[in-house]
Formats: sequence, structure tokens, C-alpha cells
Amino acid sequence: MTSGTGGAAVRTATSAEGGAPAQQHRARRQEDPVTTTAGESTSTTGTARPGWRDRLADPGTWAELAAPVGLVVLVVLFQVLDPTFLTLGNVEAMLAAAAILVVLATGQTFTVATGGIDLAVASTMTFSAVMFGVVFGAGAPVAACIAVALVSGLLFGLVQGLIIGYGRITDFIVTIGGLSIASGLALVVSDGQPQTVISGFMLRLSTGGVGVIGYPVLVALVVAALAHVLLFHTRFGTHVLAAGGSPEAATATGISTRRVKTAVYTLSGTCAGIAGVLLVARIGAAEPAANTQFLLNAVASVVLGGVALMGGRANIAGPLFGALLLTALTNGLTLLGVSQFFQPVAVGSVVVLAAFLSRYQR
Amino acid sequence: MSSTATADPRPLGPPDPSGEVLLSARGVSLSFGSVRALKDVDLDLRAGEITAIVGDNGAGKSTFVKCVSGVYRPDAGAMTLGGESIAFADPQEARRAGIETVHQSLALVEDLAVWQNLYLNRELTKGVGPLRVLDRRAMKSGARDMVSGLSVNVPSTTARVRRLSGGQRQAVAICRAAGFSSRLVIMDEPTAALGVQETERVEALIRRLRDDGRAVLLVSHNFAQVMRLSDQVWVMRSGRCAAGRRTAETTGEEIVALITGAQSS
Repeated sequence: MTSGTGGAAVRTATSAEGGAPAQQHRARRQEDPVTTTAGESTSTTGTARPGWRDRLADPGTWAELAAPVGLVVLVVLFQVLDPTFLTLGNVEAMLAAAAILVVLATGQTFTVATGGIDLAVASTMTFSAVMFGVVFGAGAPVAACIAVALVSGLLFGLVQGLIIGYGRITDFIVTIGGLSIASGLALVVSDGQPQTVISGFMLRLSTGGVGVIGYPVLVALVVAALAHVLLFHTRFGTHVLAAGGSPEAATATGISTRRVKTAVYTLSGTCAGIAGVLLVARIGAAEPAANTQFLLNAVASVVLGGVALMGGRANIAGPLFGALLLTALTNGLTLLGVSQFFQPVAVGSVVVLAAFLSRYQR
Repeated sequence: MSSTATADPRPLGPPDPSGEVLLSARGVSLSFGSVRALKDVDLDLRAGEITAIVGDNGAGKSTFVKCVSGVYRPDAGAMTLGGESIAFADPQEARRAGIETVHQSLALVEDLAVWQNLYLNRELTKGVGPLRVLDRRAMKSGARDMVSGLSVNVPSTTARVRRLSGGQRQAVAICRAAGFSSRLVIMDEPTAALGVQETERVEALIRRLRDDGRAVLLVSHNFAQVMRLSDQVWVMRSGRCAAGRRTAETTGEEIVALITGAQSS
């Protein structure tokens, strides 16, 4: 046991300021199947896991909780500065804006969990959206357009995954190439022109919902829930974490890291396809725009969510909170009248801070 | 055993075998290009025994072990496991046949729990068709049984491997190899990185595997350990199996002499 109880009392004092919300989130974290286990007898857990005092004193805990704690802090701060922040209308708008990011970040989580990264997510989303527009422009029904968008994302991810897994080329290079190729293809396919999408179904998708929860938010929640089940309750999820945590151990036990790699980039591409459909619904058109901020924000959400960039350690709730945090940040700054030019500065700073915290993860 | 010079490639079998021959290799040879890594290796491993393979660096120990575990395929020769001829295409086939390896690196995933490592790539699932989900409960209870069955000193099967000491990690790796009805457990330098106390615990664990009736193949540079643990020692020298001795009937000095070639079988 590396963490003794000796220094706990001293170190707890330094971290007392964030005590109450942190404990709540700690409790949520405890239900997370990776860190702990439901139905385990408490007699064995005591020796295996350090007490909550130790956990609070450990910067690694703060790295894992950066997103939910940061979100609460931001919400309180913005609400104090501008009471319109938490009005129903603004919350709805924030959730709707966060939906696309949540879907992208969820897919990204899987690639980062294997120790990789998909720098092409935003471009794949644009490509999928443009494919939607092209098929729509040709007069196809909306269902077919959605299918085309999803398959476009899936195939693009699959090709990237095959090159990374079987071609053994660094993920960074392959996906930065993929970024350029997908953006280029979007321009080629659309001839650089936006395609207006006027469809009752797409309009309902972007504006309708169940109560205050809009359909895009529901889609994002379903994607996140499925991803959670996939990551923690299937063999595939375990193999993703194993391939990321120790490729050598995975190979020694017969797990094909190539197949795992191929699969995670396919997943990320598919999520980008889903995000593409949501994007078309949101803006009412399929545009070959760059959407660069989505790439940065997707990676940022994953980092904020406490997913280890080295791989092997991941969760779905963290990136979800990360995406909400980034959306709340830009929304709040806009409400406060801060120049739009400062938003990338704020997002970038938050990400670097989160990455700094993640140094202490173990 | 008379010293009929190294020309005799068939070392004499153990005079006092207690278990049945589980794995037998006859004339196993393997070359990497022009390098003949193994030359006509003949040796037997018995169930319920700890068999040690000793030899200098480059003598062919690891290469032979990798032939047994399915990493390499011999160019020539035959191997049988429990009387049946074997020729593994990959380590997975060897695993399925009941040959487990405890790698020197242990092959554990630090960020996964003990139970997840024990069941890595052998996860139990429930449900139907593509909707199969992990049976976490069954795996956790199975892991507890595996750990308590070998009286392994691990704080909890739900602890992450990252939190375990070197000896505890070794114990988890051995536990995984011992589970799933394995017949032969190969261990490569199992205590190389451990302290005195942890080494004792791991050695006790290795003895328990033997007492359960498994064959244990031990590759070790530690002569004291080989003399303490093993029932049978095979000495390899420049790709050949130079000699075989019952541990009880030999001495450390003789083994060293056989390894260096000062004495031939």
C-alpha cells in the first residue's frame, strides 16, 4: 500500500475548501464500476481502498473530478455574476449546444483510452454532414440521408483505424492526415457550397424534445449511456482499457491490439457521423465549414473528464461533464459580454490546467 | 551417469520419477537464419514436479520455453503433451491446451482490478448473442476463489494492480496461470525483482502449484532457488540439453560445472 494514513490529517486541511461538492462527486465516483464495485463486501474494501481523507488529499482525485467540480464552480460563479444564467431558456440552449460535443467527446474517449487520439473527429463530422446534404440535395428521404451520414463517419473511422492498427502508423499522423482529407473531401463533395436542409423531421429533431430535454440532448445521453455499457460491461471495453493500459499484457493474453485500435477509431468515426446529423439539424444546412473548435473542445472534454492521455484509464461521465463545462464556460462568457475573441483563450487555459492536474493521476 | 561425452545427445532420464511425463520434447531444433538456437533438445517434464531449466545466457533456455508456449515453432523434432502430439501455431493455442506462462514482465494491466486481470481475455459474460455483457459478479467471486484457493496474499481482488507490491503482482500473475485448469505453468525468473520475504512467499506458491499436481517449468538464474525448489534440473549449453539430474542427487557445484562445460553429462 503506497498511501499511508499518516499524512492524511495534515493534507486534508489543505483541500478542505472544496469539501462538500467534492464528497458528493466522490460518492458518484464510488458507484463507477471501474474504480470500485457494487455488491462487494465491505470487509475487503477497507484494506484495498484508501479512506476518503486520503482520496481528498490526493491530487489524482481532483484530476478525476476536475470536470464535475469545475462545472459546479462555473455554474455558481456565472449565476452570481448574471442571474439569467440559470434560466430555463439558457439551460436549454446550453444543453442543446453541448449535445454535439458530448457525442464527439464520447467517441474520442475510446481512442484516448487506447493511448491514441482522433484529431479528425471534427472534420469527419463535417464530412458526414456534407454527405447528408449531398444525398438530401439529390432528393433522397431523410432516413436515407441519416444513414449515409452515419455510414460515412463509420467508414472514414474504419479506414483510419485500419491504417493505425494494421499499418502501424502513429495515430497522431494518421488522424492529422485524416483531418485534412475529411475537410478536403467535404469541400470536393459539396463543391464548397452549403446545402440548405429543409425537412420537418430535422426541424423537430433540433427544436423538439421531451419536456425541457431536447432531442439532441436525448441522443447525446443515449450515446453516452451505450458507451458506458460498452466500456464497462462488455469484453470489448475491458480489452480497450487493457490495450491502452498495457499493450504488452493485452498481447500476452491474446487480445489483438490491432483489432481494438481499428474498432475504437471506427467508433469515433461513427460518433462523428451522429454528431454530423445533429449539426445539420442544428444549423438547418450542411456546410463544408472547418468546425475546428469542435476538435479542440472534444479533446478538451476528454482531458477534463480525467481520461488518461497515456491510455488505460477512462470513463464516460467525466468527458460528458467536461463537455458541459466547456459549453457553460463559453455561454457564461458570452452572457457576461466578454469578447468572443477571449473564448478560445479561456478554453485553452482550462484544458492546460486540466492536463496539469492529470499529471497527478495514478 | 557416466560421462560418455557430449556426443550423446540423449541425456539419461531421471532415475526416480514421481509423476507421469506430461510434456516430452524429442530432437527439438530451431534456427534463426544461420544461428542454431536449439539443437536436438530432448527433455521431459513431469506432472506434480518442478522442473528447472538452467544455463548461461544464450544457452537456449528462453528459446526452448517459447517453443513450448507457442511463441516459436520448432524446425524439427516432436513434442507431446499428455501423450498427444502438439504443434502450436500461436500462444493462444498453447493456452487452450493448458500451457500457461508467467512472463517476466507479468503481463498485468496496472489500471485494471485484480479480478479483471485474472479474467483478462477470458471474461465471463451473460446474455444472448451480440447483447452479451460481462458477468462481473461471477468473475469477482471466481477471482476470490482463485486467490483463496492458493492462499495468495492479495489485499482485495477489487484492488487495482497498481496498488499491489511486486510480490503481490507476481502472485496475481501466478494465480492467473494456475487458474483455468492449466496443466503446465511456465515461469521465467519468477523472483528476479523480489525481496527476501516476497521471494519466500512466491516460492511457497510455486510449491503449491506442484502439490496440486501441475507441472511447473522454472527458468531461473538463481542456483540456490533451483536447488531449493526443483525436483528435476535440465542443463542447457549452447543450444543443447547437455544434462539432466534429479535435484536431490546433485549439487550446486555439479550444476555449475555442467553449465560451464567443465563437466559433461
